[in-house]
Amino acid sequence: MSAPVIELRGLAHSYPGPPPVPALRPAELVIEAGDYVAVTGPSGSGKSTLLHLLGLLDTPTSGSYLLDGVDTSALGDKDRSALRGRRIGVVFQAFHLLPYRTAAENVLLALLYNQTPRGARLPAAAGALDAVGLGHRLDALPVTLSGGECQRVAIARALVNSPALVLCDEPTGNLDSANAAALMGLLDDLNATGYTIVVITHDPVVAGHARRTIAISDGVLTELTGAGRG
Amino acid sequence: MASPATGLPAPRLAGRDAAAEAVAGIVQRPGRTALTMLGTILGVGAFVAVLGLTATSAGQISRQFTLLEDTTVIVADNGGLTPLGANPPIGFPADASQIADRINGVTAAGVWWPVSLPADTAFTGSLALSATPDQAVTLLAASPGAATAMGLSMIAGSTLSAYENDTGQHVAVIDTGTASELGISPARLSAHPAVFVNGIGYTVVGIYRSARRVVIGESAMLIPANTALADYGNPQPGIGNQDEAQLIIATQVGAARAVARQIAAAELPTDPSRLVVTSPPSPQTLQSQVSGDLAGLFLVLALISLLIGAVGIANTTLVAVLERTGEIGLRRALGARPRHIAVQFLAESVALGTLGGLIGTCIGVGIVVGFAAAKNWTAVLDPTATLPAPLIGAVVGLLAGAYPAMRAARISPLAALRQG
Ligand SMILES: Nc1ncnc2c1ncn2[C@@H]1O[C@H](COP(=O)(O)OP(=O)(O)OP(=O)(O)O)[C@@H](O)[C@H]1O
Ligand SMILES: [Mg+2]
Repeated sequence: MSAPVIELRGLAHSYPGPPPVPALRPAELVIEAGDYVAVTGPSGSGKSTLLHLLGLLDTPTSGSYLLDGVDTSALGDKDRSALRGRRIGVVFQAFHLLPYRTAAENVLLALLYNQTPRGARLPAAAGALDAVGLGHRLDALPVTLSGGECQRVAIARALVNSPALVLCDEPTGNLDSANAAALMGLLDDLNATGYTIVVITHDPVVAGHARRTIAISDGVLTELTGAGRG
Repeated sequence: MASPATGLPAPRLAGRDAAAEAVAGIVQRPGRTALTMLGTILGVGAFVAVLGLTATSAGQISRQFTLLEDTTVIVADNGGLTPLGANPPIGFPADASQIADRINGVTAAGVWWPVSLPADTAFTGSLALSATPDQAVTLLAASPGAATAMGLSMIAGSTLSAYENDTGQHVAVIDTGTASELGISPARLSAHPAVFVNGIGYTVVGIYRSARRVVIGESAMLIPANTALADYGNPQPGIGNQDEAQLIIATQVGAARAVARQIAAAELPTDPSRLVVTSPPSPQTLQSQVSGDLAGLFLVLALISLLIGAVGIANTTLVAVLERTGEIGLRRALGARPRHIAVQFLAESVALGTLGGLIGTCIGVGIVVGFAAAKNWTAVLDPTATLPAPLIGAVVGLLAGAYPAMRAARISPLAALRQG
């Protein structure tokens, strides 16, 4: 596919007031397939706003967002939901695992709405959990899993549809340093197998793993070339 | 199928998956599920129990009520085409009792009529002493069969015999009230006490305490039919004036209606229309009359409890929606459309309602059966009211879940994820 995974053309968002908050200034950004991008910035700078726009969880006030070459601002709820269910995997900061469902059932949830045949779901979920190193905890409830393991279930859920784009919000925010290191290794591996990853983080160590770093400050995006290991 | 813009199939929640999600939501929170269902269980249970208990007790009431009527047939003689002013001879054949006895199910039968007496008639215990009873005494002419069919409970002596009737004896059977007022002691019947009616003496041969038919709860004096004919002439004609000759028939339980169908033709094959047969009301009609009044009231109570059940489900589902905004946002982020969220919550509340309805129905049936067993009654459960009862729960769940489901569908994924 020649089109970039993400192409932002003057994408801007402000929260309705009063007074209106211009959380994201008109932004231009291109992320190619296979990119590994970190978005950093101080609190309140607009990182989560950008992630929600990229995840099609919110609609921009102006500009356009092309996902895989498809202009999403022209799409209705049906197509936006379909893209969320197939092409985008989000790893939320708070994980958002359903507490009364097992690890496998939590991953299965990502296959429920996108017309995956019933028989193919469990093998796919087991495969995704296996890929994050949790193949032996399929039937574990979230309360019996450690924070790092919960994080990996959330990642397996984001990966189970082989999305074009993986979005992670503060992936190390709830982890100790050992778990954080393991997680970074996992993200590196995923990127190596071809996943396009966008990570939002406060943590310079996490940002250091990405190939590109984009700084955001007061809603303005700035590419920090060479800030990565590159 | 695939969208032209994205090349992806439209998001979809299959019915089976929605059902599975609903069941999972219910099974994984058994405590909350039980509390949510409580209102519906109580409502449907009360509904089934109330209808069942009403039907059961109504069945019992009407059974007791009809037992007597079910064994009684009354045949009246309307007098035929006799000119006014003259009392016609009795329309029943002389062997009316024997003819009736030959019909299957008849236990006793006989002709009787009230003897019409002048207004100043005096009943006295002796010719010398004029001890008249306080209350009016009815003088009845009765064939021996009629006296038997009246079901008199004798405390002294015996009822009128065939011999006394055939020979026109001046004998009488009276009730205990009349006897004590006339100073006639049941223990002293052997002394042949007499009652004088306008100077004509009748020897008291029997005293009865109560009767099952005709002379229930009134002071009466029975004399043989042939004696009455000789002393007072033919009875009055006509129907409805209660003065005409009547054939009273006692039957076995359940035989009354069959006897009623045959009796007129058997007694008067040449002129059956001269006889007017009164048969007991059908038990079904009576039962529906009795239960109709009670059921109306109780149904209102059951509906109120159902309403409480619906409010219970609506309330808990609404709380569940608010409590699960994080889950809703997550599902939206995973590709669910608002309608899929609505369907899921609706399916959950309908499943809750149905389950509550099922449990409530079981409890209601149990109460009815247990109550009937304790009372030694027959449990009556109307299948048209009992079998759809779980469906009532489903409807309650559907109605109660509609508003919370709508609320859930309108929750934006963003707000939901922020909260969770
Ligand atoms: N729903 C909202 N309504 C109004 N203003 C909002 C809303 N959400 C965020 N904002 C504002 O938009 C700006 C950007 O918020 P955003 O959540 O994107 O910041 P962030 O970079 O994710 O911060 P943090 O690192 O603390 O998560 C902030 O000034 C915030 O107050
Ligand atoms: Mg944030």
